[in-house]
Amino acid sequence: MDQVAASPSQDRSQFRRLFYNKEVRSVFFQIVTVLGVCALIAYIGMNMLTNLEAVGKELSFSFLGAPAGYDITFQPFVSYSPTETHFRAAMVGLSNTLLVAVTGIILATIMGFTLGVMRLSRNFLISRLSQAFIDFTRNVPLLLHIFFIYGIVINVLPKPKQAEGLADSFFLTNRGLYAPKPIFEEGAWLVLVALIVAIGASIFIQRWAKARQIATGQIFPVFWTCVGLIVSLPIIAFFISGMPISFDFPKLKGFNFKGGFILRPEYLALWFALSYYTSSFIAEIVRGGILAIHKGQREASLALGVTPNRTLQLVIIPQALPLIIPPLASNYLNLTKNSSLAIAIGYYDIVATLGGISLMQTGKEVETMFLVLTCYLVLSLIISGSMNFLNSRLQLKSR
Amino acid sequence: MTKQKSYIPGTHPNLPPPRSEAGLLGWMRQNLFATWSDTFLTLFGLYVLYSFLPDMVSWMFFEAVWSASSRKECWAAMSEPMAGACWAFVKVRFNQFLYGFYPSEELWRVNLSFVMLFVALAPVLFDRVPGRKQLFLFTALFPFIAGWLIFGGFGLEPVDTVKIGGVALTLVIGVTGIAFSLPAGILLALGRTSNLPVLKMLCVIFIEFIRGVPLIALLFIASTMLNYFLPPGTTFDLLVRVLIMVSLFASAYMAEVIRGGLAGIPKGQIEAANAAGLTYWQTMYLITMPQVLKISIPGIVNTFIGLFKDTTLVVVIGMFDTLGMGRAALADATWIGLTREVYIFIAIFFFICCQSMSLYSNYLERKLDTENKFQKK
Repeated sequence: MDQVAASPSQDRSQFRRLFYNKEVRSVFFQIVTVLGVCALIAYIGMNMLTNLEAVGKELSFSFLGAPAGYDITFQPFVSYSPTETHFRAAMVGLSNTLLVAVTGIILATIMGFTLGVMRLSRNFLISRLSQAFIDFTRNVPLLLHIFFIYGIVINVLPKPKQAEGLADSFFLTNRGLYAPKPIFEEGAWLVLVALIVAIGASIFIQRWAKARQIATGQIFPVFWTCVGLIVSLPIIAFFISGMPISFDFPKLKGFNFKGGFILRPEYLALWFALSYYTSSFIAEIVRGGILAIHKGQREASLALGVTPNRTLQLVIIPQALPLIIPPLASNYLNLTKNSSLAIAIGYYDIVATLGGISLMQTGKEVETMFLVLTCYLVLSLIISGSMNFLNSRLQLKSR
Repeated sequence: MTKQKSYIPGTHPNLPPPRSEAGLLGWMRQNLFATWSDTFLTLFGLYVLYSFLPDMVSWMFFEAVWSASSRKECWAAMSEPMAGACWAFVKVRFNQFLYGFYPSEELWRVNLSFVMLFVALAPVLFDRVPGRKQLFLFTALFPFIAGWLIFGGFGLEPVDTVKIGGVALTLVIGVTGIAFSLPAGILLALGRTSNLPVLKMLCVIFIEFIRGVPLIALLFIASTMLNYFLPPGTTFDLLVRVLIMVSLFASAYMAEVIRGGLAGIPKGQIEAANAAGLTYWQTMYLITMPQVLKISIPGIVNTFIGLFKDTTLVVVIGMFDTLGMGRAALADATWIGLTREVYIFIAIFFFICCQSMSLYSNYLERKLDTENKFQKK
């Protein structure tokens, strides 16, 4: 064939062969893509530098060390005053984000599993009530929920003077939730040690009981033993060490409460709205996961004489969890990201402090937004990483 | 005692079920009072319903005032102040909820776009629409036509973008997001599943970056620093910047939905197409995408629901969408104190929109489900 082809076209046919070669082409396209992306980034970077220069700004993170000059009303973990630095303010914001994300994830999980199980209930009324709640919550924007709950907390809850407390120690008012504050004295570490020992012992008992069940077939009441241990050991330690923890109760003085521990209305509204909004998504995931388990599995288990509770525990849940956990993880991520809506009601999270007030005061848009985005990316990585780890642990070992 | 009649096996007539097991009574026994705990739960549920439903219904309907000129007048018309909803306020503000501050003599343009939206949606939503192929062309052109109608220019009176608000703004952002994110999402998903390592990495970085940060942060970028990225001297309108960010945001999520659909296509399909000599793009266009899009429509609809709800976040950077108009209305001195009415009205609006979309997605899921019966367990 080659001999038949005229020599001038030989070059072209070689070129064509090169063009139709899959590997050559893919390398070529990738190089072009990389060059294109690099050019775009360089173009954006150049533009940014010229634009920043034009308004007399330079890229530097030194503003983090300058005094922030604004007050943050809610700072449960990191102490802060307006004279401290922007970096400190950002830390307060980050800790507030973490607080609302972690407590939100916990409450959303509890509410979501409860709602999901209610939705699956044989009881018609309970199932429909749960469905109505889920449908309504899912289909209304989160921001609206947050505004609404915040409005209720501010306008509907009683003023501190009229608030009726629960056991004279918890007061829900329009200025927040007042609760007794624990004060740790000398020797309180013993209680903490007791708690850690109890948790360690629980893990040990769990393993031992599993090994024993596999060896002998006998079942050990692991759950209640562990609960007993975790509750009783710290209490015993508390009394042995001479009651080193006391409580500072909130007391009504004038128009407001003094002392105790206060959860601000912004936090309460954000926490509650985030939790129930996310719980409606979790409920659907739980329901979907349980429904996805084939009916025959349950029937077979019941036919073997396994009790309904053990069927749920040993047959349904182990198979449903691997289906539930990946979407659950993405909902945890969503909750964490949605906590940035805090800014709408004045809760000082990382976006409101660093990306909001610090940005406005220093004019460092690029640097502050870069830090905010990095914080969220790291949080996302941590959550998805730990959920992947959990998922790989719970994955059923199949052939 | 009557004499027991005897039957040859198999000839006994079918008797009706016992009365306690059939009809309403039987249904209640089985579904509400099957066990003691069920009975308890039912009573608890009834108590919950009783504790808020009568008050809510009377507030929303029986005690509500539908026309008044101020809050004082509203409350005076009730048995006691705040006993009912003052829907008169919503009625007065209704046009603003729908259009924002759009000039009133040009409202037909928004209305026309809204009607056209339904025409454009018809071929996407239902497969038995007459002239579906031609309508698809219209659907593809719709965002441009609607953009021209709403913003003006080219022979129409231009309308300042800050004047667009309310439901119109919500729809502008939502429709732009979906119109851009679908093609972009398909390309990103193809990039992420391709076997070109560099391309794949770039797509993964983009998708995971966007999915890892909150939309609020992206909107902040849009409002504060997006202009820095452009050549000196160019300034973009805030709405355009927001539309860019929302589109990028939605396309990352869309890419993941499409990727899920791609995973659902058996490998043999692509191998068969390769064996038949189709090129990559022919395979994608003729074989893969028609199937992928079909199975991912529920996911696409869910992404759209999420996007539609997320459009409310533009309130935070000072734009007036449906929620923003509501909050602006709350500051009206003659109507002050009617927070509940406004929020509940907006909640009902979003609920109706999103619930109908999710009902449609459920309907579609059921329809697609029956077509693949053999794949079921």
